Amino acid sequence: MASALINVPAKAKRGDIIEIKTLMSHIMETGYRHMASGEIVPRDIITSFACRFNGTEIFRADLFPAIAANPFITFFTTAIESGKFEFEWVGDRGFSETASASITVE
Amino acid sequence: MHRPPNSTRRRFLGLAGGAAVLGAVPVVTVRPAEATPAMLASAIRNVTGGAAVKTGKVKLDVPPLVENGNTVPLTVSVNHPMAPEDHVTSIHVFNEKNPQPNIANFYLGPHSGRAQVSTRIRLADSQKIVAIAKLSDGSFWSASVDVVVTLAACTEEVI
Repeated sequence: MASALINVPAKAKRGDIIEIKTLMSHIMETGYRHMASGEIVPRDIITSFACRFNGTEIFRADLFPAIAANPFITFFTTAIESGKFEFEWVGDRGFSETASASITVE
Repeated sequence: MHRPPNSTRRRFLGLAGGAAVLGAVPVVTVRPAEATPAMLASAIRNVTGGAAVKTGKVKLDVPPLVENGNTVPLTVSVNHPMAPEDHVTSIHVFNEKNPQPNIANFYLGPHSGRAQVSTRIRLADSQKIVAIAKLSDGSFWSASVDVVVTLAACTEEVI
């Protein structure tokens, strides 16, 4: 069900600083909301996000309930060589999703 | 009869009793529904390890007036070169009045090229947001912004 949106430039010049935008669909239930019956809605969030380029981790984030639903994260990296970005989201209740994107560096 | 030993014992008991009463007070009070400035300070101390945090270098972009606290765009950038020997290693974002003081931690490296991250956050109340950047030389830099929130996040009931 979960789906990711990734925005990585398809091409870049060597040494360019490129922006990577990611969005993962997720409810990010905080664990602080109550149902009408008074019960607490259990927490269900993404706790960690990581991005690897050709197997090496280039960016990582720890997320807390204060991150809005459908976590949107953007960051920068330097284009050094052609290769593949791999993205991974891990969260409560065994949530684990991956996505990937390729870039050509010339 | 020797008075001095007795009086020190009495004084000790008095102090111990006083400490017990003081210690009991936080147990009686209900845990607050929002993070307090003390929780914010302790969350920051967890990251810095008590090191001095200087103001500057960090730029925190959040709208000063937010209509909907459920999704607030936030950008943190650090005005610092990203050279292998001298770069920003992490960016930490905190708040004052959400149920938890932490918002997010971001870990960067010299390959990042630019120390800038963006995300969307939730704000339960009008409050102060603090961003702290850690540099590779071990120093910490911070910026804070006050945000006014009209519609708060986290408070609505699920039907």
